[in-house]
Formats: sequence, C-alpha cells, structure tokens
Amino acid sequence: MRSLTTWLSGVAMATVLAIPAYAADPLKVGFIYVGSIKDGGWSQHHHESAMKMKEHFGDSVELIEQESVPEGADAERVLTQMSLSGADLIFTTSFGFMDPTLNVAKKFPNVKFEHATGYKTAENVSNYSARFYEGRAIEGLIAGNMTSSNKIGYIASFPIPEVIRGINASYIHAAKVNPEVEMRVVWISTWFDPAKEADAATALIEQGADVILQHTDSTAPLAVAEKAGNVIGFGQAADMIEYAPSPRVTSIIDNWAPYYIARVQDVIDGTWEAESTWDGIGAGMVQMGEITDAVPEQVAMEARAMIDSIASGTYHPFTGPLNKQDGSVWLAEGEVADDATLGGMNFYVEGLTGDIPN
Amino acid sequence: MIRLERRPSPSRMWTALTPVMAVLATMIAGGIMFAALGKDPVEAIRTIFWDPLFNEQFAAYSRPQLLVKAGPLILIAIGLSLGFRAGVWNIGAEGQYIIGAICGAAVGLALYPLDSPIVFPLMVLAGALGGWAWAMIPAILKTRFNTNEILVSLLLVYVAEQLLASMALGLLRNPEGGGFPGSRNLQQYDAAANLELFAGTGVHWGVVTAFIAVIFAYVLLSRHLLGFQIRVAGSAPRAARFAGVNPAALVVICLGISGALAGLAGMFEVAGPAGQITIDFNSNYGFTAIIVAFLGRLNPIGILLAGILMALTYIGGELAQFMLGVPAAAIQAFQGMLLFFLLAVDVLSNFRLRLGKPEAA
Repeated sequence: MRSLTTWLSGVAMATVLAIPAYAADPLKVGFIYVGSIKDGGWSQHHHESAMKMKEHFGDSVELIEQESVPEGADAERVLTQMSLSGADLIFTTSFGFMDPTLNVAKKFPNVKFEHATGYKTAENVSNYSARFYEGRAIEGLIAGNMTSSNKIGYIASFPIPEVIRGINASYIHAAKVNPEVEMRVVWISTWFDPAKEADAATALIEQGADVILQHTDSTAPLAVAEKAGNVIGFGQAADMIEYAPSPRVTSIIDNWAPYYIARVQDVIDGTWEAESTWDGIGAGMVQMGEITDAVPEQVAMEARAMIDSIASGTYHPFTGPLNKQDGSVWLAEGEVADDATLGGMNFYVEGLTGDIPN
Repeated sequence: MIRLERRPSPSRMWTALTPVMAVLATMIAGGIMFAALGKDPVEAIRTIFWDPLFNEQFAAYSRPQLLVKAGPLILIAIGLSLGFRAGVWNIGAEGQYIIGAICGAAVGLALYPLDSPIVFPLMVLAGALGGWAWAMIPAILKTRFNTNEILVSLLLVYVAEQLLASMALGLLRNPEGGGFPGSRNLQQYDAAANLELFAGTGVHWGVVTAFIAVIFAYVLLSRHLLGFQIRVAGSAPRAARFAGVNPAALVVICLGISGALAGLAGMFEVAGPAGQITIDFNSNYGFTAIIVAFLGRLNPIGILLAGILMALTYIGGELAQFMLGVPAAAIQAFQGMLLFFLLAVDVLSNFRLRLGKPEAA
C-alpha cells in the first residue's frame, strides 16, 4: 500500500513537472555557416550574433548550429535534417546557400528560412544583407586623406557585385578628397587565406601603396602593413582592434545581432513575413570601429560627419555626378543609385584602372 | 618480448577482421575525445553510426542520402584503386572531378533550353572526356618526360579550381542571375537534370554508374589480362616487364580510367545534387576518395563498403554537430582516426605477433 502511494505521488509529481516543460517548448532556431565559427571573420560574426540572439531570448530559444557546411548538395542535406529535427526558423549565412535554401523551403512550408546576401525570396524565405559599401566610403575618405604616395592597394576576393561595390565606393571617396589617388586592385579568389592575403599585401606595398584595403577576412594584410611600417589598413568583418592604433585605423564590423533578434521575435509573435532586408550603418547592421589617433583629427572629424550623414540618410555614397569607367554617364548631378543597379553592379566607376576579371 | 614476424602472405582472416577492429577502435578513441569535449560519448557515437540509419525522425531521409554522398566517393575511388594497385599515383582526382563537372555542365548549358533526350548522354560523354583529358596531362608528362605524376596531378587541382572560379564568374554564369556568380541550376532544366531515378531511394545515374564501376573493376581485376598486369606491375615491377607489361601504356590506361571516372562523378554531381557550377562547387570528394580507396583495401567490394561507411560518418557527423553541438573539427578528427586505426591494425594482416626471443636465422 505504502509503495503504491509512493508510486502514485511519483506519477503526480512527474505530471506536474512535465507540464511546464511542455508549456515552455522553446523556438528552435538553426544556423548554418560556410566556414568555421572560429574563422575570425564572416562565419564567426554570424555565429557571435547568433549567440547574442540566444542570450537575448534565453530559454525560450533553442539554438542549433552547423559550421563548415559546403555549399551545394551538402547544404541541402543539412538543411533538410535540421528541418526534420523540428527547427522553426533557419538562417543560412552564405551566398552559396541560396538555391539549397529555396529547394528545402519548398519541401518544408512550415519552416521559415532567412538567407544572407542572396537575391531570391519565396513564401517562407526572406533574404537579408548589409550595405557594407557605406563603410567602404568612410575607409576611402580616410585612405584618400592619409596616403602620401597617392597609391592605395585593394585586396579583393571574387569579382561579384558585393566586392565591386566596395571598390567603387572607396575609390569614389578617396578620389573626392585626393584627385591624384590611384587604386590598385589585386584579385586573389578567396575569402580567407592568410598566406595569399599576405602575399597580395606585400606586392601592393612593394608597388608603393601606403594604404591597404581588404575584402578578405584574415588579419594577415594588417600584419604585413605593421611590419612594413608607415602603411595603414582597416579591420574587416571583425574589429581587429589588436592592430590599433596603427596600422588598423578603423574597421567595418558585421553586426547581425539586432536583425536576428528582430526576426526571431517576429516568429514568436507570429508576425514573420518573407521580405528582403538591406540595412546599413543607420540600422546598425554595419558598424564602424573606433577611429584611432593615427588619423589626423581633421580627417577623423570628416569621417565621423560622413558616418552620421549616411546613418541619417542625408547622404548616399553613390550620388552623382558619376561616370562609368568608359566615360559614359552613370548618375547625373544629384542622382542617387537605385538598389537594383547596386545589387548587380558589374562595372568600375571612372578613374579606376584595370579590368574586372571574369 | 613482443616482436613482429612477417607473414609469408597476408592473413585472409585478419584482412577481413581488421576493418571491423579499426571501426571499434575509432569508436572507443572517438568516444574518449567526445567525453573530453564534455559530450556524452555513447550518445555521440549513437548519433553518428545509428541515427542516420534507424532514427525514426531522420532515417527515411538520411538512408537514401548515404547513397547520394557515397556515390561519387565510390566512383572516384574505384578509378584510383586501379592506378594505386599498379603503382600509378593519381592524387589529382579532385581536379579531374572539377573539369568533368565543368565540361558536362558546359554542354548542358550550351544546349539550354533544348528539350531532347540527347542532352544528358552528351553531358555524360563530355564529363568523362573532360576528366580523362585532365588526367592525360600528368600521364603524358610522365611517359614522355618522366615527371612525377603525384606532383603534376596534385598541382593541376589548383589550376582546375581557378578555372572553376573563372567559369562560375564568367563563361558559365547564369545570364539571369543579376551579375551574381554561379551557373543556371541544372536541376531546373529537365533534359539535363540528373534526378532521382526511383523516388525516395536517392539513386541517381551517378549511383548506378558507381555500382557498375564496382562490378567492372571486380571483373577486370579477377578475370582480365589487364587486371593481371595491373596487379603484377604494382607488386613486382621487374617481373612485370618480363611478363610483357608496357609500363608507359599502363600509366596512360590507369590515369585515363581514374580521370574519366572522376570526371563522370563531377558531371553527375553538378547535374544532380549540386545543380550548378559555383565557385566552391568541389567539396573534396577527390581527396576523400583516396581515403576511401585505401579504407577499402583497393578492393572493389571493399571500396563499396568503405564509401558507404565514409558517407555514414559524414551524415552522422552532421547530426552530431547540430544536435549535440560537437564541433566540426572533432568530426574531422574522428574521420582521421578511422584511417589511422585502419593503417595501424593493418600490421596484423601482414605480420604475426610473436612472444619470446627471435629464432636464430
């Protein structure tokens, strides 16, 4: 008899305990990354932003992650398995995940997807990206002011619109403050390869460049700049503050956390809808790192003023008059580039030398 | 005192037993690693080896996926194994895989939007020829100038990668892709798509071809004169000369077959599971297949099983990553252990353990 009551109270206890567990069924949010979450750049920043999102929601969100996912068939399998495991919302954080995301989204209409840096959407697929070119404009302004050889080096990854936009934005603003400026672009066909990035930086410095911009994720170019002395550079994706105050004079920081928090909140509230988001400095998706003392006060003030005007929307980095490289008119006086043109940008602006490889 | 004594011929029993021992040893060592990472080792091992096959939630999906993942590995490894047996070291299957994919996709994209049953066979042909031609570079350099095929084939991988990036950004770029890199998606072009042949099985033409290659290699090695020559050239090169084996021809044949099969694997992948030529289309199948070839003892049936086992560790490894939070690097280390233990226990099939003093010679 006694054992029966013990047993019964045990059951009652278990039932009581079980109820809150069901009530607090957390939202399952998945992330897939193309690189390692310790790559120091792109994937690490998505991961850190995901962690901030998790911190914000605490136990009401369960975070599942997968790093180093190859783009293509493997991504499709990982996304399917995540969906099967009961994920409610999945962020796919690389351009190459676009088609796999759409394929899987078709099979799981109840799962919501968010694809970074692509251009396709569907009923349950949003896309989001950041206007990094706004940060490039600031870097260009600083570079044009600070170069004494009038040669700026640019380490570029792949000739896609995202990278070409960055080159144009920085060149326009460097040339605006310093018409003598020349920009040399080196294409290295990788987003992250310290050895190749260091080689490119060395070659540019040997050709006389004293400012190095990079659209690759490692700190190698800054290390080379530091060794060369009298060469400055910028942090990319991460703050890279360990190279401050020089060579790293400021940085473009990817800050996805506010967006992740907002979108997860939308799912919790039941207000999530598929849409395209392209946010910049204003919304905080692009952050500029602290401008160091290595930058003359006058230049730093100009840079801060430009950050403010871009953030408030009074200035757009692609405002006419601007010509294309071949001299044809692109934007008339006061005209502002539309997002469609920027999204597919495949041309240099006037003044840049060399060809875009293909 | 323990010492090793070479067996007159490899023990058949141990040859069959050692892969099983290697898997068990990997489970134990891997379990210790997972425990050190603060994960439940039993749960981690179960997630990797058991869940993809039998978990109610996943298995219906992941079982067929095993074939999708194993198909290209087996196809490439079969080709490599013929060369490895003959002492012809093609390390550049990754490059041949890429070129096969580019050639196959290029034919399909050139014919787009032609809707004809001839499109897919032409792509298959182009894929095989592309891989074959890429492998002929080290073959001809080796036979003409006696260069080292290991170095040449490996370095050509990097050339192929550059070519791939250039194709994705230039010649083969989707004209409707708004300037973004990547070709049209061949999955959405019916005449060129390499889709599942039987719904829910994961079997596409590449998997079928892989099975055919296994049978072909088995028959070749056990019944055909060329198979005999391959085996002799590998184990006794001098004897092979006396037996009338032409070493130059053997180099060309072995590199040719492995190149063509790797090219086919790339073509089936780009037209099917991957869908499009992208900058990062290749995902190390060409290198992983080297592991599969050795894991399978360069034996066609062994390679078939090794390919499926390797696919299992990939798919189970993915599950372990997002369900248990095991880092990707730990999964790679786990796969590395598998190869390490296989090679380590290999000693048992070639040597006998003896206790006591060596006998006087």
